[in-house]
Amino acid sequence: MMRFLLPLVIFIVLVGFLFVGLGLNPREVPSPLIDKPAPAFVLPQLENDKQTFSPADMKGKVWLLNVWASWCVSCREEHPVLMALSQQNIVPIYGLDYKDKAEDGKVWLARGGNPYVLSAMDREGRIGIDYGVYGVPETYVIDKQGVIRYKQIGPVTPQNLSETILPLVAELQKK
Amino acid sequence: MKKFLILLFCLMPVFAHGGEAQDLAKDPVLEKRMIGLAEKLRCLVCQNESLASSHAELAEDLRREVRELMQKGMSDQEIMDYLVARYGDFVLYQPPVKSYTMLLWFGPFALLFVAGLGLLMQLRKRRETVPEANLTPEAHQRAAALLNEEEKS
Repeated sequence: MMRFLLPLVIFIVLVGFLFVGLGLNPREVPSPLIDKPAPAFVLPQLENDKQTFSPADMKGKVWLLNVWASWCVSCREEHPVLMALSQQNIVPIYGLDYKDKAEDGKVWLARGGNPYVLSAMDREGRIGIDYGVYGVPETYVIDKQGVIRYKQIGPVTPQNLSETILPLVAELQKK
Repeated sequence: MKKFLILLFCLMPVFAHGGEAQDLAKDPVLEKRMIGLAEKLRCLVCQNESLASSHAELAEDLRREVRELMQKGMSDQEIMDYLVARYGDFVLYQPPVKSYTMLLWFGPFALLFVAGLGLLMQLRKRRETVPEANLTPEAHQRAAALLNEEEKS
């Protein structure tokens, strides 16, 4: 009996490992920045480069920082979701226009609508490095103390918005 | 017109220099050190390429970042820590030994140990189940004769 049972058990364990392992998305690298203060920066605003934006301005509010670019294909997919969210006035969305030309970014927002309170210009992608950005779009949920609580890698979808992001935002707003 | 064009051509090199290429020529030692370190780091965009060999834009930016940090006088370890703080252990090709990487580091040895133990037990069991045959001298002779016959045929 043992002769057959043992290989079967090993086989089932192996299949279990493969099932879980192959189901994981290798592009989703867990961020070490979760539960750490959002890296500070001061960047010019996209619409008005004489004014700056800094995460420090947002103390006391729960907000989303969405990293986007006019050249980013998945951002197109995400855009309508952000537009709908911004109209609900649940949580302010701030943009980080990553490695983009200001003109291109402005054209892109004029065409598809602007879900952002404002966007900061990260022309060189240096702030992106501080935030560990490696695949645009990425979205950070930042709490009232300025701590990153969640990072969405890849587009925000209606599903991950309703299942993860919005419940978290509601919880953080209560604190 | 011709003179103007010649003047324009002469001026071309003034506009042609690139910041990156200049860096390379300025400090080949640093460049070599940067490439050496970048080979130990993973590009997060094309995950099976090192930071040194990747052509992704992020890799270029990160190489620039590493170069600048080296110019600031940071050690290789400090630069690795800097990148790990932003991108996680995933940027390192050689994962650090931590509680959750124990299985990764020592799992294969544990498996080898268990398999070796299994083999040892199996061999011991076989020795017990297959008893030593005690043959009489006649039987020995017969066996030898039979074996000889087989060899001849």
